[in-house]
Amino acid sequence: MPNMSLKKVSMPEQDPEVRNKNFEEVALGYTEEMAIEEAQRCLNCKHKPCVAGCPVNVQIPEFITLITEGKFEEAYDKILETNSLPAVCGRVCPQETQCEERCVRAIKGESVAIGRLERFAADWAINNAKRDYEKVPSNGKKVAVIGSGPAGLACAGDLVKLGYEITIFEAFHLAGGVLVYGIPEFRLPKSLVQKEIDVLLEQGVKIQTNMVIGKVLTIDELFEEGFDAVFIGSGAGLPTFMNIPGENLNGVYSANEFLTRINLMKAYKEGAETPIKHGNAIAVVGGGNVAMDAARCAKRLGAEKVYIIYRRSEAEMPARLEEIHHAKEEGIIFKVLTNPTRILGDDEGWVKGIECVEMELGEADASGRRRPIAKEGSEHVIDVDTVIMSIGTSPNPLIRSTTPDLSTNKWGCIVADEETGQTSKEGVFAGGDAVTGAATVILAMGAGKKAAAAIDEYIKNKE
Amino acid sequence: MYKIVRKEVLNSQVKLLEIEAPYVARKAEPGQFIILRVDEDGERIPFTIADYDREKGTVTIIFQEVGATTIRLGKMTEGDNLADFVGPLGVASHFEDVKKAAVIGGGLGVAIAYPQAKKLHSMGVSVDFIAGFRNKEILFLEKEMTAVSDRLFITTDDGSYGTKGFVSDVLKKLLDEGNEYDVVIAIGPPIMMKVVSEVTRPYGIKTIVSLNPIMIDGTGMCGGCRVTVGGETKFACVDGPDFDGHQVDFNELIRRLSMYKRDEKAAIERHQCRLEGKTNA
Ligand SMILES: Cc1cc2nc3c(=O)[nH]c(=O)nc-3n(C[C@H](O)[C@H](O)[C@H](O)COP(=O)(O)OP(=O)(O)OC[C@H]3O[C@@H](n4cnc5c(N)ncnc54)[C@H](O)[C@@H]3O)c2cc1C
Ligand SMILES: Cc1cc2nc3c(=O)[nH]c(=O)nc-3n(C[C@H](O)[C@H](O)[C@H](O)COP(=O)(O)OP(=O)(O)OC[C@H]3O[C@@H](n4cnc5c(N)ncnc54)[C@H](O)[C@@H]3O)c2cc1C
Ligand code: SF4
Ligand code: FES
Repeated sequence: MPNMSLKKVSMPEQDPEVRNKNFEEVALGYTEEMAIEEAQRCLNCKHKPCVAGCPVNVQIPEFITLITEGKFEEAYDKILETNSLPAVCGRVCPQETQCEERCVRAIKGESVAIGRLERFAADWAINNAKRDYEKVPSNGKKVAVIGSGPAGLACAGDLVKLGYEITIFEAFHLAGGVLVYGIPEFRLPKSLVQKEIDVLLEQGVKIQTNMVIGKVLTIDELFEEGFDAVFIGSGAGLPTFMNIPGENLNGVYSANEFLTRINLMKAYKEGAETPIKHGNAIAVVGGGNVAMDAARCAKRLGAEKVYIIYRRSEAEMPARLEEIHHAKEEGIIFKVLTNPTRILGDDEGWVKGIECVEMELGEADASGRRRPIAKEGSEHVIDVDTVIMSIGTSPNPLIRSTTPDLSTNKWGCIVADEETGQTSKEGVFAGGDAVTGAATVILAMGAGKKAAAAIDEYIKNKE
Repeated sequence: MYKIVRKEVLNSQVKLLEIEAPYVARKAEPGQFIILRVDEDGERIPFTIADYDREKGTVTIIFQEVGATTIRLGKMTEGDNLADFVGPLGVASHFEDVKKAAVIGGGLGVAIAYPQAKKLHSMGVSVDFIAGFRNKEILFLEKEMTAVSDRLFITTDDGSYGTKGFVSDVLKKLLDEGNEYDVVIAIGPPIMMKVVSEVTRPYGIKTIVSLNPIMIDGTGMCGGCRVTVGGETKFACVDGPDFDGHQVDFNELIRRLSMYKRDEKAAIERHQCRLEGKTNA
């Protein structure tokens, strides 16, 4: 008999007034009892609408059934069949627009907490199950993977299991991509990302950090070094600025810089070598996950007032619902339908305020969202000492500028086949944010997996 | 791990390290830089590639001890390993159609200007090298500079060696005397590069400066290194570090370099506590 409660079993969280002062994980995860109780809400639908909403088709009712039976490790294995990073995805996927949106239980009441259950199964296995990863004997073929974000990790994970010799080339000193430099510790503990990477290392994947492809080696040189195929998963790391006056004042950051200092370089820790400005009143411009993360980090560094400034209304915010909710609980002030026009500086060139205009929503634009229009004469200044620009990123030009035969579109995204990741250059495949522009972890991972299958096919056919 | 194979002390504050980094050595060109971390908790710090040896697979950096990381780096010795060493970053310097060049280094900038002079000299360009130091005690690379220049002019602020005064004074004099240059390359503290650019502006001589804003990744992903050149925002790590000195907003550069002054002072104090703690133990 299913559990017919209309609400999800709630997940314990750190109290907002406590957690907005520390960097420890906000959501604490289900206990075994909670997980079983929540899993019993699943109706095990024959037509599995939830699965169709998942970009990698996780066998949702199957793994949830295993949880109801207390078979937690088996549940984890079931997820792993199609998703190589369940502990990550359970925490950061936008479930409310994917699997959970289509859940039958959401017609009346809340959907099954699929994301929380995914996280539970993964955490349980990581903490309780001793797992051995065997090295598959090498088939003598070498594949180079550029970038160690979710796209690159997923591609490497699938190929190594088929016997390929994989070398991941990563520009930073640490592997993980956005999972380590972007998404903060309190949402995705870095030790967890490291565990996922350790599994790949155990299986024989080699990771060469400090290698900026396009600078130290070009793609053509990778082929000369004996690689049979190349996968590009270099992400979309180039920050966008608004091009408004005052953006180069001291105290204006891109979200990338702010988050990299905090997450990758650990600037939030007492005595860290990498500095960060501890502002008192901070404006974060943007409405995505990145903006929420920047705002919540700023609050944790001790800022008294943190504003989210977003030009559309809250309904259009691209951030995960849960993060918007968490941000509000933590005291972040939302200024929606507001758009910056310039940043004001003091005599010494430090930020002292941000001038904004009020916006109203007009007709729907190409993206289907209603276009914001400035209200005349609505200029007003918000007093802040730090501004964080979080209005989007695009792919970095380093690789395309050194690979003339690699086609890119007008946004600088690599042109690749959606099903195979094949690019305009023979033997070169691409996926993730480098192809789509800034998107999600699960889409990047899915693209990495598709490309892995296509690379296997390509190398076999070449023989 | 990147092993230090040679260390030289050039003066009380300036040291040279030759480091094993075969991939970087293979591609390095004058004008480019690397980013290193001393150890696992270290900050990412940029240094110009002062020299490289493709055969030995080594890259040389010359640095001045100005803060916590550079002081720590200065304590390292031959055989020690650096945790991280990434490069070559930035755009290499280009010298097409140059027959006569003035290369100007100020203080530590002499070390950064030296590989440029060396490259020009090897291309058969006539090089006037103007090197400025605060005083005779901190003079370095004199022999090397002599070897790669047609004429070497040394200045000291206090007159303890060479001409008394600034490098810009010598350049001004050379120009007034009718010397002509296809290019002036100025590397040193921002204020020196600014003054040199002002000296050459009325003569319309192309002036290249090497900018050193605060950097993290060095690959164009943070924008922390942005500088204004000709009214446009550029990322020095990928668009530079070389820029047209007549177009650079030096005041903004100087201001942005002071972003963490207070934190840096605290870091040195912490560092000294640690060192003293160690000697007591
Ligand atoms: C702050 C933040 C929060 C986010 N929150 C969420 C969320 O809650 N949920 C969600 O689903 N998505 C979220 N995203 C988006 C998600 O993280 C990305 O879509 C995903 O990481 C893309 O994966 P990727 O593998 O394509 O690229 P990335 O994760 O960007 O990895 C690319 C890697 O390639 C490396 N690289 C780049 N150029 C080179 C080169 N030339 N040579 C070698 N290496 C190179 C980079 O250093 C990086 O490590 C967030 C993103 C950010 C920035
Ligand atoms: C492209 C480039 C090439 C450089 N080449 C050389 C070189 O060949 N030799 C050399 O001695 N120095 C060079 N520098 C400067 C060198 O990086 C700084 O001296 C060093 O970062 C100081 O670190 P610190 O911890 O010892 O000092 P801190 O006390 O942290 O800082 C002292 C000053 O150094 C600058 N600085 C601090 N952190 C950074 C950073 N991450 N990036 C850039 N500047 C910073 C700031 O102006 C600061 O006020 C270069 C800088 C750049 C950007
Ligand atoms: S739609 Fe909801 S109830 Fe139905 S199988 Fe999927 S998770 Fe279970
Ligand atoms: S150092 Fe980050 S963009 Fe230049």
